[in-house]
Amino acid sequence: MSIKWAALAQTAGASFVITVAVVTVFALGVLALSRREAALEAGRSGAEGAASGRGTLALAGASVCFAACAGVVLYGLSLIAG
Amino acid sequence: MEHITFLVAVVIITALAFDFTNGFHDTANAMATSIATGALKPKVAVTIAAVLNFAGAFLSVKVASTISGGIVNEKAGIQPSIIFAALVGAILWNLLTWLRGLPSSSSHALYGGLIGATVVGVGLHGVNFATVLSKIVIPAVASPIVAGLASWGATKLAYLLTRKTDEKTSDKGFRKGQMFSASLISLAHGTNDAQKTMGIITLALVSAGALHKGATPPVWVIASAGAAIALGTYMGGWRIIRSMGSGLADIRPPQGLASETAAATVILTSSSMGYGLSTTQVCSGGIMGAGLGGRNPRLNWGMARRMVYTWGLTLPAAAVVAGLAAVIVDQGTWGVAVVGTALVAGSGAMYLVSRRQPVHAGNVNDVTPVETTEVTPAAGTPAATVPTPASTTVAA
Repeated sequence: MSIKWAALAQTAGASFVITVAVVTVFALGVLALSRREAALEAGRSGAEGAASGRGTLALAGASVCFAACAGVVLYGLSLIAG
Repeated sequence: MEHITFLVAVVIITALAFDFTNGFHDTANAMATSIATGALKPKVAVTIAAVLNFAGAFLSVKVASTISGGIVNEKAGIQPSIIFAALVGAILWNLLTWLRGLPSSSSHALYGGLIGATVVGVGLHGVNFATVLSKIVIPAVASPIVAGLASWGATKLAYLLTRKTDEKTSDKGFRKGQMFSASLISLAHGTNDAQKTMGIITLALVSAGALHKGATPPVWVIASAGAAIALGTYMGGWRIIRSMGSGLADIRPPQGLASETAAATVILTSSSMGYGLSTTQVCSGGIMGAGLGGRNPRLNWGMARRMVYTWGLTLPAAAVVAGLAAVIVDQGTWGVAVVGTALVAGSGAMYLVSRRQPVHAGNVNDVTPVETTEVTPAAGTPAATVPTPASTTVAA
């Protein structure tokens, strides 16, 4: 009887890395969204230009993060259906 | 259809009954933390889970071709009587653990049932113990630990990254994310677990000669298996949802997202590597990790310990019940009738006991765990009329 320890360790390692990566990217997205809200807040209380620039940048960053997460979810779906 | 004997008909009905218990036992896996953090309203959560479990049943029939994944030697002669005995063991164990609000693995209950019934009906050589060790026991020990570690790390990082944000805003984001992670778990669950029932029914039909060998499940089998698991899921298994969602740790949205992501990842990576692990154990491990990784690391160790004991007991307990059932079923039609009656009576009794202290969508987030004292299962008393000291470890 041979137990494939390497495959087991690989699965465990991959699971750990993917989980941490996905949640990190998602948290960055959440962070960017809250920055955007802060920027919008600043925009309302004067300092128009700079604040709206920062707001757009933050929104773009959040979109990238959430798109990446959506990509992982789609890959997960393809694994389920596969 | 005239080929379908009495026994095969009984097997099909019992398989669907098992599928139903599997559904309500495992709703908690995907939805417990979403309900606890308020990401989804309880009724909405179970509806989504039910729909996705049903949809999942239609996604793939890959697993259905081997119901046991090589654990028992299916060619050596799995008779419908053995399958029936296995299902009886699995259902009774599922109901008993549900009554006590303990999440246990429906898959392990089924595997245990198959092993017990096979040992009695065919003999020890009918079971591939090496496969049991490498495909079930080792992943069963490793997967909750991996999910727990991943979830712990992810929780820490999520809190670190969002420490300067307004908690209300970030919680809203994490709750949205939970909808996706929970849905993914539900879909994966439907695909995996509904297929097991399809496999069982198909095998029974093949053994009766109603289908040719190697046939894929007919559409009515896929649809009825999907419907049974979806119906079970919709019923909610609220006792287990409460234990996992608020009985184990105080789960906030970032922790909910981390634990669900960890669970979904571990389930998908391992099933693509061919390990048949327990969704229940992975999800519970994820919740424990998230609980310990949070701002106020806290875990209800009493509950955690009880869950781990239950995991260890699931396979042997289901095996013993199934073995006993196999002995009686072997006596012929009257044996089947006796076991069937015992199954119905046992299930009914456990349902009646559960009514004494019902848990439903309305009180699922209350902090008092259903099951609070260390009574033995045999005592069967729902001991939760006494307010629990355990609730002190669970923040409101």
